Amino acid sequence: MDRPLRLITANPVDQLARTIEALLVVASAPLSVDELAQAADDDSIRIETALGLLSDRYREGRSGIVLEHVAGGYAFRASREAAEACGRLFERPVERGLSQAALETLAIVGYLGPCSRPEIARLRGVAADSTVAGLLERGLIAEAGRDDGPGGAVRYRTTALFERVFGLEGLGALPRLDDLGESAAEIRERLHSVAVGRTA
Amino acid sequence: MTAVFDLPLDLDAFEGPFDLLLTLVLKEELEPAEVDVAAIVVAFVDGLAERDELDLEACGEFLVLIASLLELKARALFPEEAAELDELEPGEAAEELARRLAEYRRMKGAAAWLTERLAGQRERYFRVGPSPLAPRPERQLAPQDPERLAAALRRLAEPPARVSLSHMGLRFPPVAQFLERFRSVLGRRRRFDFDAEVSGLSRVEQAVAFLALLELRKTGEVALEQSAPFAPIRVSRAESERGAEWIVRSA
Repeated sequence: MDRPLRLITANPVDQLARTIEALLVVASAPLSVDELAQAADDDSIRIETALGLLSDRYREGRSGIVLEHVAGGYAFRASREAAEACGRLFERPVERGLSQAALETLAIVGYLGPCSRPEIARLRGVAADSTVAGLLERGLIAEAGRDDGPGGAVRYRTTALFERVFGLEGLGALPRLDDLGESAAEIRERLHSVAVGRTA
Repeated sequence: MTAVFDLPLDLDAFEGPFDLLLTLVLKEELEPAEVDVAAIVVAFVDGLAERDELDLEACGEFLVLIASLLELKARALFPEEAAELDELEPGEAAEELARRLAEYRRMKGAAAWLTERLAGQRERYFRVGPSPLAPRPERQLAPQDPERLAAALRRLAEPPARVSLSHMGLRFPPVAQFLERFRSVLGRRRRFDFDAEVSGLSRVEQAVAFLALLELRKTGEVALEQSAPFAPIRVSRAESERGAEWIVRSA
């Protein structure tokens, strides 16, 4: 009844996945593949393999924790089915009460940033001082140098928190600006058609 | 937006909704100079008062539009000034207005997309904290030979070479020595010549002798005379000086 001995060895990628789990648990912001590779002292390709393993393990419907690719990195979040319970325990101060002006300013900074307050004001037609200050306080935008011209107005860019709050993998995930709103020609055309309709 | 564009207007030059007015101005079928901008503002404010609610978005949009219209009107009214300022022509200004509106509309579209996106993220809860603590990069040193380190330490442990103080080997004779000497000289003579008295002494000894002389002058034991700078210093007993003064006064 001699049975051959079978050595059970831990899958090395599985071990790496456990390390990545630990790193993501202690991180308060998404970690990029490079950051994970550096911290785990491993190469990027194996990190991505391990992340694939974890993405399957931590997904909606399977776990209360979900691994997501967001803001240029990977991070854990609560599963959607636990959202109600989370909502009873935590507030969402960053995105709570974002005004229309704040969202328009965020859009401008997100698409055109780094850009200065005068540039934002020119586009929106109103002063942007208080809106910019509010977004800075929420951590959705941050300073990003100064204009080269005279006066050197402070320029702003969106932060990783912005991408995370809006669930974006990066700014590249924003829709094309040309697909939003109307072009100048379209506006003229529409106004003309309205005019024709009215005068007819 | 609709509230602004559908704003009904009843002006001298135009009757109809605001968007039609804009269209006619853009098509240059209506002179901006003929448009009563103040009446448009009054109509808008009346509309706001009727609705009994402050629609900030509509107000903002209205302000942009009315400002552009006002700019067009101003350029039409003062063409020469506009030319002087090398500014836009009314036609170009109209195009600029359309361009700005288009730019703003795209940003409004982007904001609407963000709003929708945010609404879809309500069930996403995640930890928000301060920036993660980046591991401090350790300073990388090239591999070192322990013997070299020991040699460096040995060099440090060696007592430093004795510093030569030979240049400080000046001997200063005590001032008291010269005090006694000068008192003794004045005991024998009523006056003496300082330079003659210290000739043959070293410069240091001469300096100390001079200090002693000053000390005697301070205590009133001697009187000093020097006819000119660098002339010989004549030292005499103080009482002889005072005696001479008395003689002069009594005379």
